[in-house]
Amino acid sequence: MTVDADVARRRIEELLRENEAQILHRWTLIAKASGEELTEIYRALLSSLEHGSSDLADLRGLLAELSRARARQGFTPADTSRAVFGLKEALYEVVEGDGGPDAMRGFIWFSRLIDDLGLFTFESYTTARERIILDQAEQLLELSTPVVKLWEGIVAVPLVGTLDSARTQVVMEKLLQTLVDTGAEHAVIDITGVPAVDTQVAQHLLKAVVAARLMGAECVISGIRPQIAHTIVTLGIEFGDIVTKASLADALAYALRRSGIEVIAPRATRIAVRTENV
Amino acid sequence: MTADWELPIAGNADVVMVRQRVRSVAVEVGLSLIDQTKVVTAASELARNALVYAGGGLAKIEVVQNGARQGLRITFSDEGPGIPDIEQALTDGWTTGSGLGLGLSGSRRLVDEFDLISAPGKGTTVTVTKWAR
Repeated sequence: MTVDADVARRRIEELLRENEAQILHRWTLIAKASGEELTEIYRALLSSLEHGSSDLADLRGLLAELSRARARQGFTPADTSRAVFGLKEALYEVVEGDGGPDAMRGFIWFSRLIDDLGLFTFESYTTARERIILDQAEQLLELSTPVVKLWEGIVAVPLVGTLDSARTQVVMEKLLQTLVDTGAEHAVIDITGVPAVDTQVAQHLLKAVVAARLMGAECVISGIRPQIAHTIVTLGIEFGDIVTKASLADALAYALRRSGIEVIAPRATRIAVRTENV
Repeated sequence: MTADWELPIAGNADVVMVRQRVRSVAVEVGLSLIDQTKVVTAASELARNALVYAGGGLAKIEVVQNGARQGLRITFSDEGPGIPDIEQALTDGWTTGSGLGLGLSGSRRLVDEFDLISAPGKGTTVTVTKWAR
C-alpha cells in the first residue's frame, strides 16, 4: 500500500469515527433497517478497519445474520445489498463536507469495500437458499418412495416421477428391507406415475426385480399404460419372464391368486347385478 | 408457433428439463399420446447419451412444417469423443458403457427421421424428427 492510499484510508476511518452518530442516522433512514443492527455492523466495520482490512470474519458473520433476518422478513436479497450500499451514500455526505483530496481518494477505497460486503450478503442469501433446496431434494427422495402393504404377504411400491439412479437405489433398499421385515412373498412395483420409461428406467426396474427375486419374493410390474407398452416394444427392451400388468388392481388380483387367496363377492351384490340385467 | 428452444445438457436435471420441454412442444404440435411418449423417450435417451458419453452437450428443439403437417425436430450436439463405428453403435445391444445398449438403436425406431453425424474427436450430432399424423 502506498503512503497516499494509507493516508486516504486513515482519513476515512477518522471521518467514520468522528461522525458516527450522523452517518448512522442517515444510514438507518436510507437502509430502512433497525438502528440496532446497523450500529452493530458499523462498530464491527470500525474495529475490523483498525485491525487491518484482512480480518473481516466478525463483520461477515454479522452481515450473514442480517441477510438471514431480512430474508425471513420477506426482503429480497437485492433489498439487503441495497441497504448495505446505503452506507456509501451516508458517508458521502460527510466526505463532501470534508472536501479534502484524502477523503475523496479514501472514499473510492471505502466504496469498493462496501461493494464487496453488499455482494457478500447476496452470496450468503443464495448459499442459504441452496442449502434449503438440497435438503428438500433429499427429503423428497425419502418421501416419494413409500412401500405400502396391500395384503398379508403382498407389498407395493408406487413410483411417481423421474426414476434416476439415486431414487432407484432408495426404492430398492426400501423394498428389500420391507420384504425382510414383513416376510412378504409378493411385491408389486407400480409405474403408473412414471411419465416415460427409457432404457435407464427399464434397467433400474429390471435390477430391482432381480434383487427381490434373489430374496425369494415374486415381483410384478404394474401400471404399464398403452403408450408405455408401445415405447418399450419399439425401444426393444425385453422384460423376459417378468410378470407385467396394466393396472395395480390386476397386479393385486394376480398376486392374490398366486398366494391362493380367493376373493368372493358377497351374495347381495350378485342379486343386485342380476336384477339390473333383467 | 415456430420458436426454437436451446437447452444445455450438463447434468441429470437437464435431461429431465429436455424431456419436459419436448413433451410440452409435442403436445403443442398435436402429436398423439403414443407419439408424444415415443419422442419424449427418444429425447431422454439421446440427451443422456450426450451427458454420459460426451460429458454434456446442447439440445435444440424446433417446430417444423412439411406442407400441412407439423413436426417436432430435436438436434442433440456434443463435443465428445465421437463414435468411431456408427453402424456398430446402432446395433441392438451394443454399448461401451453399462446400459442396455438400446438407447441409440431404439431411439432410431421411436422417431420418423434419424440422422447421426459423428467422427472420432469431432463430437456427435443427432437430429431426430417426429411428424404429427
